[in-house]
Amino acid sequence: MEQTIFYIFSTVLVLSAGAVITVRNPVFAALFLVLAFFTSAAIWILLEAEFLALTLVLVYVGAVMVLFLFVVMMLDINLTVLREGFARYLPVGLLVAIIMVAQLAYIVGPARFGLDKFPAPEPHGADYSNTREIGLVLYTEYLFAFELAAVILVVAIVAAIALTLRKRVKTNFMKPEEQVLVKSKDRVRLVKMAAEKRDDQQAPND
Amino acid sequence: MISMSHFLILGAILFCISVAGIFLNRKNVIIILMAVELMLLAVNMNFVAFSHFLGDIAGQVFVFFILTVAAAEAAIGLAILVVLFRNRRSINVDDINSLNG
Repeated sequence: MEQTIFYIFSTVLVLSAGAVITVRNPVFAALFLVLAFFTSAAIWILLEAEFLALTLVLVYVGAVMVLFLFVVMMLDINLTVLREGFARYLPVGLLVAIIMVAQLAYIVGPARFGLDKFPAPEPHGADYSNTREIGLVLYTEYLFAFELAAVILVVAIVAAIALTLRKRVKTNFMKPEEQVLVKSKDRVRLVKMAAEKRDDQQAPND
Repeated sequence: MISMSHFLILGAILFCISVAGIFLNRKNVIIILMAVELMLLAVNMNFVAFSHFLGDIAGQVFVFFILTVAAAEAAIGLAILVVLFRNRRSINVDDINSLNG
């Protein structure tokens, strides 16, 4: 039963990951990435990491992927230029990927990480709380790292806003610091000169 | 029963798919960013599998931090992408060559 669920979900995960890198339209790629994250959340629940699975759905599917979709739809992209070289690099890319999978599968295969080397742990009971276990070490042992993560998030917020902030060119802003500093002689220049006669009024009197 | 190598091989396949994705979509910055997210997912899969089979909760705490950093990275990366598109009207990697002397 557990094995069937694992195989179904991992098949969906691998297929959707393959679709992310091969589909033509970036919007579809983002949607397939959502499917990939969702499926791996299910696999993490199989591994009794419930808190992280739900965090993955909330943070990734809910926030990061929506951000991706937003940017993809906002940018007006010329797709034909971006697909150049796909067919040319396909054989080499596939070859490298297959060799890497073979090497990694040989290293982490059943001979070294099989059930006889790492036996499956006893499943936890219904009263086991994964969130509580994580919280117990997160707020004691890893408190400093937790605070650093908060600082990283704040820096990311500020950096993202500062990067995309645009100065409006055509709007007239008041500059209070210049208004306060101004002197009366900067505004009005008094010129002394003799009075002049108007030529056009003299003509009819003659 | 599912052994640890099942999860590790799944992570390896995911990682190699995203490496191939960076090879294949060399022009599209958005797809490259998505492939990086997939790579982080593969690494997280390994962390969670080890945490489960070794009975050590520290692996899951580490995944938590990786998720935080990945979210920050995605936000800043997309912000840079928007600025790039605003200046160059394109997200082609080949157009980003101002530092090419």
